[in-house]
Amino acid sequence: MEKLLELKNVHVSFNTYGGEVKAVRGVNLQLDKGESLAIVGESGSGKSVTSKAVMRLLPAKTSKIKEGQILFEGKDLVKASNREMEKIRGAEISMIFQDPMTSLNPTMTVGKQIMEGLRKHQNMSKGEAKERAINLLKLVGIPNPEVRVQEYPHQFSGGMRQRVVIAIALACNPKLLIADEPTTALDVTIQAQILDLMRDLQEKTGTAIILITHDLGVVANLAQRVAVMYGGTIVETGTVDEIFYKPKHPYTWGLLASMPKLHAESKELLAIPGTPPDLLNPPKGCPFAARCPYAMEVCVEHMPEAYDVSTSHKAACWLLDERAPKVEPPEEALVGGAR
Amino acid sequence: MGKYVLKRIGYMLLTLFIIASVTFFLMKLLPGSPFNNEDRLSDTQKEILLDKYGLNEPVPVQYVKYMTALAQGDLGISFQFDGRPVSTLIGERIGASAFLGMQSLILGTVLGLILGTIAAIRHNSWVDYSATVASVLGLSIPSFVFASLLQYYVGVKLQWLPVAFWTTWEHTILPSIALSLVVIATTSRFMRTEILEVLGQDYIITARSKGLSNARVIVTHAIRNAMIPVITILGPLAVNLITGTLVIERIFSVPGLGQQFVSSIATNDYPVIMGTTLFYSTLFIGVILLVDILYGIIDPRIRISGGKE
Amino acid sequence: MSLPKHEISTELFQPAQVRKENKEVIARPSISFWKDAWIRLRKNKAAVTGLIIIVFIALMAFIGPQMSKYGFNDQDLMRVNLPPKVQGLENISFLGLDGVDIRGMDQYKLKQQKDYFWFGTDALGRDQWTRIWEGTQVSLLIAFVAAILDLLIGITYGGISAFYGGKTDNYMQRFIEILIGIPNLVIIILLILILKPGITSIIIAMAISGWTGMARIVRAQILKLKGQEFVLASRTLGAGDKRLVSKHLIPNVLGPIIITTTFTIPTAIFFEAFLSFIGLGLRPPTASLGSLVNEGFRSLQIFPHLMLIPSIIISLLMISFNMLGDGLRDALDPKMRK
Repeated sequence: MEKLLELKNVHVSFNTYGGEVKAVRGVNLQLDKGESLAIVGESGSGKSVTSKAVMRLLPAKTSKIKEGQILFEGKDLVKASNREMEKIRGAEISMIFQDPMTSLNPTMTVGKQIMEGLRKHQNMSKGEAKERAINLLKLVGIPNPEVRVQEYPHQFSGGMRQRVVIAIALACNPKLLIADEPTTALDVTIQAQILDLMRDLQEKTGTAIILITHDLGVVANLAQRVAVMYGGTIVETGTVDEIFYKPKHPYTWGLLASMPKLHAESKELLAIPGTPPDLLNPPKGCPFAARCPYAMEVCVEHMPEAYDVSTSHKAACWLLDERAPKVEPPEEALVGGAR
Repeated sequence: MGKYVLKRIGYMLLTLFIIASVTFFLMKLLPGSPFNNEDRLSDTQKEILLDKYGLNEPVPVQYVKYMTALAQGDLGISFQFDGRPVSTLIGERIGASAFLGMQSLILGTVLGLILGTIAAIRHNSWVDYSATVASVLGLSIPSFVFASLLQYYVGVKLQWLPVAFWTTWEHTILPSIALSLVVIATTSRFMRTEILEVLGQDYIITARSKGLSNARVIVTHAIRNAMIPVITILGPLAVNLITGTLVIERIFSVPGLGQQFVSSIATNDYPVIMGTTLFYSTLFIGVILLVDILYGIIDPRIRISGGKE
Repeated sequence: MSLPKHEISTELFQPAQVRKENKEVIARPSISFWKDAWIRLRKNKAAVTGLIIIVFIALMAFIGPQMSKYGFNDQDLMRVNLPPKVQGLENISFLGLDGVDIRGMDQYKLKQQKDYFWFGTDALGRDQWTRIWEGTQVSLLIAFVAAILDLLIGITYGGISAFYGGKTDNYMQRFIEILIGIPNLVIIILLILILKPGITSIIIAMAISGWTGMARIVRAQILKLKGQEFVLASRTLGAGDKRLVSKHLIPNVLGPIIITTTFTIPTAIFFEAFLSFIGLGLRPPTASLGSLVNEGFRSLQIFPHLMLIPSIIISLLMISFNMLGDGLRDALDPKMRK
């Protein structure tokens, strides 16, 4: 497969009154054309920041990509000028945001909002752009698109708005679509519809997707590969099967264990004790060490490197070192019974 | 929306009725005689004058008569200006005041919007700081102080522009600048806050994620959304302007309604005071109502939901 | 700190002793609301400057008149319309404090005056220094009393309206709506015409027309608080009334009240001056900053000092109160806490 996006050792920091918050600390990721990758983690793990860094949409005054490379089709986006980024945004990479209630301009018709990107990137005339907007609305499953193209966002329901947002994102056939918690703000029934729509559209258009979520259920639905983020670093990556059935990192175990399961006898939901690390003064060792029930001295002192579990599966955990004691994942972390 | 407007007009009429009644009874309590040469008048002369202005009837009768006349747009007769109707006096003077007010409002809002937008875009830069300082000064320095200094330095010392009176358009420049100071300061300050607020909204990121340039995002997305709330301050601003005309017209000898009002206070010309007060009140309340309706028309969220009612 | 794996000694691969209590510490120090507000206010240079200027002018309003041997109504036709003259500064001519008028004549020499009048004298030979500081006193008095009355009436009315709610609230709000419909200017002018111009009537007129804003803010804040989830959350967590009032009600209601009051004062100073300027101000010989500006305006072209100095003081006061108010608003708005 051809490589589409590659993040190499990306560091992002924010300047706050308390000092420098190191939100993303050395992320390595890659994505092939047409592939779909989920980035999973709890709030504050740096997953949204990573995705916004790719789009270069972080607030310029308070944040900075301190080091690393973001290679999109071989071109380093970190070094791209504003003009170059404007050409890439919307045309090559586009983005769907969490809350469809606020991510649309309330005083502009949805049609105009879809047409904006088309007119900028594809030099369409007003008529052509409008026709395309109507087609896009049809594509994302909005009934009566000829009428609705003239309407304002507040005339749409939450799920319908998210469809509009998706239509905006897909307008120029981007190669990469970043969806930042696209279903979190929606009702459960609508969530399923939106996920179905996204999977459908991916099959039709062949767009690569990065899905940012904290919800492992969403991951299983849409993604081929998963990256688990914690404390600004990626702790484990692998295919969906590898992450769900052969997880190696204790944090992934915790995440899986905290997922509600249908078949399990009524046990309480398991939470991971403790809070995420303070990224103002990040720990020098493994960020999860303080909450990890299997933590060793080495975990507190040294940041673990990624160990290869298989060609597609990597985990950054000292437990994988041959000198470490052998630890089995807890029963709760096993999805659908042990393999 | 129609229902809402009707309700608001109802309120407006009620308020005006109360103002008219209160003004009427307060005027009855006023000390001092309306006739400036009272001691030299004989009893019969006084009788004739009281009769002429309907002042010798019982107060309730006067009240009913006054209100009936008012409903027909008759504001009574001036004591000072040789028995001329107050409505005619207002009509003669309103032109200059209205011109001055509108010119200042337009000048002030346009400059204010531009200044506020620039300050917000260049947030925390020297442009922003100087705009902030300027708006604090504009809001703080009393209009009559600013107007007098403007008149003294630009008019008297530098002699760039006419100092006073109201003959050519050049004569309107200084008073308009003096009057628009508060408008510029208020609008720019408000616009700056609004733009900053809008720039933090999610839909701005959406717009940027489409690949629109910063300038385009600001022009097509930020300014329109920021300007909608700015409309709400136009009402209070217009009221402020009317207050301002009272002093500005005095300083620059503009033959407007404000100057006449101030001089009627000095001469105890009660019908003129009452009439002008009522006129101003109607203007204040009408402007605020108009601004509310305008807001409904411009904001699609209100426009549509109101239409469905 | 990543090292090559082989450089890490084997002993480190032992289960670590992680203390349980360390898992749940909150990393940032917690700061009380008022302390936090104070820190932020202190950092705001404009607000601090404003506060210092206000304190200085208020002090001068009381000390100033004592520094001159002339009373505020001591007239003497031998020393009318003297320009300002200050010891030590009289030789620096561009400051205009050398007793020379705009026609270039040393009025002190002409009128054979040996005294120094720091702010000059007016058309009746009264010492402007004394008059201006006493006028400042009067202006500040009017502004503060009007603001306090606004505060008392507004809090009572708004509090009752929000507390009882229902029909009471409804009627009280309708009443306010009508009152707000009547322009302040109209109420004030009418009242002053009836009450005869003077300090008391100006204060009464301003209090009557000014409290509605405060009442609405207090009511809105209390109502907002009543329905807000954090109050419910706090109650669910077992917070008593006392804690609710001290931790939630006071910071949320007091903040807007303080801010509104800070902005009421300059508005009152301005309105007093405005009334003086249109001839509804204080009656002589009592002076306020507004009436001094008004008197000075008449002779602006010949004796600019009569208008300039009170204008500067009134402008400084207004600017300072506005800067302080802005600073307080930023400091007391918890949303601003980054």
